[in-house]
Amino acid sequence: QKVTVEVLDHLEHLALVDFRDSEGVERLQKAIQFADQLHEVNTDGVEPMDSVLEDRCLYLREDDVTEGNCTKELLQNAREKVEEYFVAPPGNIPLPKLEERETFLQGS
Amino acid sequence: AAWKGGLRFQVSAALKEGHVTPTELCQRCLSLIKSTKFLNAYITVAEETALKQAEESEKRYQRGQPLGVLDGIPIAVKDNFNTAGIETTCASNMLKGYVSPYNATVVQKLLDQGAVLLGKTNLDEFAMGSGSTDGVFGPVRNPWSYSRQYKEKSVPKSHSEDKDANWVITGGSSGGSAAAVSSFTCFAALGSDTGGSTRNPAAHCGVVGLKPTYGLISRHGLIPLVNSMDVPGILTRCVDDAAVVLGSLAGHDPKDSTTIQDNFKPFELPNLTDVSKFLIGIPKEYHAPGLSSEILALWSKAADLFKNAGAKVIEVSLPHTCYSIVCYHVLCTAEVASNMARFDGLEYGHRSDVNKSTESMYAATRREGFNDVVRGRILSGNYFLLKQNYENYFIKAQKVRRLIANDFVKVFRSGVDILLTPTTLSDAVPYMEFIKEDNRTRSTQEDILTQAANMAGLPAINVPTALSERGLPVGLQFIGRSFQEKQLLTVAKWFEKQVKFPMIQLEEVKRHDHGVFQHQKSASFS
Repeated sequence: QKVTVEVLDHLEHLALVDFRDSEGVERLQKAIQFADQLHEVNTDGVEPMDSVLEDRCLYLREDDVTEGNCTKELLQNAREKVEEYFVAPPGNIPLPKLEERETFLQGS
Repeated sequence: AAWKGGLRFQVSAALKEGHVTPTELCQRCLSLIKSTKFLNAYITVAEETALKQAEESEKRYQRGQPLGVLDGIPIAVKDNFNTAGIETTCASNMLKGYVSPYNATVVQKLLDQGAVLLGKTNLDEFAMGSGSTDGVFGPVRNPWSYSRQYKEKSVPKSHSEDKDANWVITGGSSGGSAAAVSSFTCFAALGSDTGGSTRNPAAHCGVVGLKPTYGLISRHGLIPLVNSMDVPGILTRCVDDAAVVLGSLAGHDPKDSTTIQDNFKPFELPNLTDVSKFLIGIPKEYHAPGLSSEILALWSKAADLFKNAGAKVIEVSLPHTCYSIVCYHVLCTAEVASNMARFDGLEYGHRSDVNKSTESMYAATRREGFNDVVRGRILSGNYFLLKQNYENYFIKAQKVRRLIANDFVKVFRSGVDILLTPTTLSDAVPYMEFIKEDNRTRSTQEDILTQAANMAGLPAINVPTALSERGLPVGLQFIGRSFQEKQLLTVAKWFEKQVKFPMIQLEEVKRHDHGVFQHQKSASFS
C-alpha cells in the first residue's frame, strides 16, 4: 500500500517540512513498513504507557512569578523584531495548494 | 570545603595539593584540543570564559576554599545543552549562531561546583543518529583510530592508500563528548541518551558512559528529542568519576517537572570485594543477530568472572526486546514531530528570507534548516500521528512500550539485581563503511542493545572491557533497577577493577607533557 499523494501533501502541510525528492518519499514508505512490525505483537488488555513515572505525581509548583524580565535577552536571538515584538509575515494566508506551491510532489 | 572524605578524580587531589593549578590544567586541555582538532570533537571552544573560570577556581584554591571535587576540573558539554553566552547549535543549520540566554540546569550545577567549561561537543544533528556523522560540522573521529593499538593491528590495503582513510567512527550521538573524554582533552563530559546515545559512543571510545534513571537528572535546558525518554548522560574515564558527576547533577529541579521529588543523596562507591550476594541476569535476547563472536565471547567471559567470584549468574528472558527498536522508531518520530515544531525562525535560530506568509516562511526556514534525517523523522512522526493512524501506530507503540517495561519489572521482581549485556554489536567500524547505509538503518542496528533501557527508564552504564582484535575498545553494559544507581555503579566499579582496560596510546597526548596524566596506570582516575 503506497501512501497517496493526498496524504503526502497533507503531511507536508502539517509538518511544514517538504519531502524534497523521491528519496524522501521512499524514506517514509520504508519507515511505515518498518513500523508495521508492531502489529505482530499482541497487546490485548494492555494499557498504553505515557511515561515511566506514571505511578508518581508530577511536581506542581506554586503559581508565583519567580523570574522573568528578560525581554532583552529573549529578543536578542530573533532576526526580525520591532520594539518588543517578534515580527512575522502575514498569518492569514494559507500555504498554497499542491498545484501552486514549489514541491516535489507536484510531479507525482 | 565539603570534600566528603575520599577524593575521586585524582586530578582533584593534584589541584588541592598544588601540584598543578586550575589555569595550567585548563591551558593544557585547550592546547590538547588544538592539537587534536582533526578529531572534530568540539564545535565551539570557549577559550576565554574557560580561562576566566580557571582563574576564579585558582583563587579559591589559593584561599583554601575550593567548592568541591569538581572545582577547576575541565569539562565539555554536548552541543544540545543550552549554555549561556555560548553558541548552542545541535550541529544543525537551524541553530547556527544561536547563543543561549540561559544555562541548562545540569550545566549550571557543574559551573556552580567550579567546573571549567571548555566547550561544546559535536553530535549527530539534533542527536538523531548513532555515529556522530550526520551533523553540519562533519563527523567526529574516534581517537582510537590514531592509537598505537589500532595502528598496529590495521593492515594497509595498498601502498597508495591515504593512511587517514580507515579512521573509525565514535558511535553516537554523543560522539564528540566521548572523543573529548577519550583523548584527554577534558575530564568529564555531558552527553544525552535517548536510545543509547551516551553508552554507544562510550563503548566505541573506551570510556564510561552512564545513562541515569529517567527522572533523576533535570532535562531543563537539554534541547528535547523524545521527552519521555531523554536523559542527560555522563561520560568519564572511570566509574568513580561518573559517581562524582552524578552526585553533583542528580536531584529534583523545579524547572523540570519530570524530575522526581525524592531526596537524592550523593554517594561514594564502596570498594566491593565480595560479589557473592549479587544475582546477575543475562538476558538471552541480547544475543542479538549480528552480535560479533568477539563480543559474545567477552560477554561470556564477564559472566564467568562474576560466577567465579561467587555471584549468582542466571539466564533471564526479556521477550519483547526485539520490538523495542520498532517501538522506539514510532514513539521517537512522533515526539520529534512535536518537538521540532518549535523551530520556525520566529523567535530564535535560522530564519528564511521568504516573507510571503507565516506558513511559507516557516516551511522555507525548516526546509533550509533541517537535514534529511531530521526532516525524515518529522514527516514519519506526523504520519503516525494522523487521525487514521494514531490508534494503530502511536497508541500501539505505547502499549508495546509497557510490555517492554514490564519485561524488566518481572525480571527484577524475581530477584535479579543487575543485568549484564553487550553494549554494541561490534567494535567501531570505519567511517567509509558506516556511511554506506542510511541513518535509520544504522540506528536500527546500533541501538538494539541500548534502546530498551530508555523505553523502561532504567539506569544503565557502559564499562570499557577489552580491546578487540582490531585494537579497538569494546564495552559491556550493566542495567540496574530504577533509581538504584549506587548499586549499579558499585558493581560496575568492581567489574572495571577486574578487567583493567588499557589506556589509549596516542601520539598527540604523549607530546604534551601532561604530568598529571602520566602516573595513571590505567584509564581510571582513582
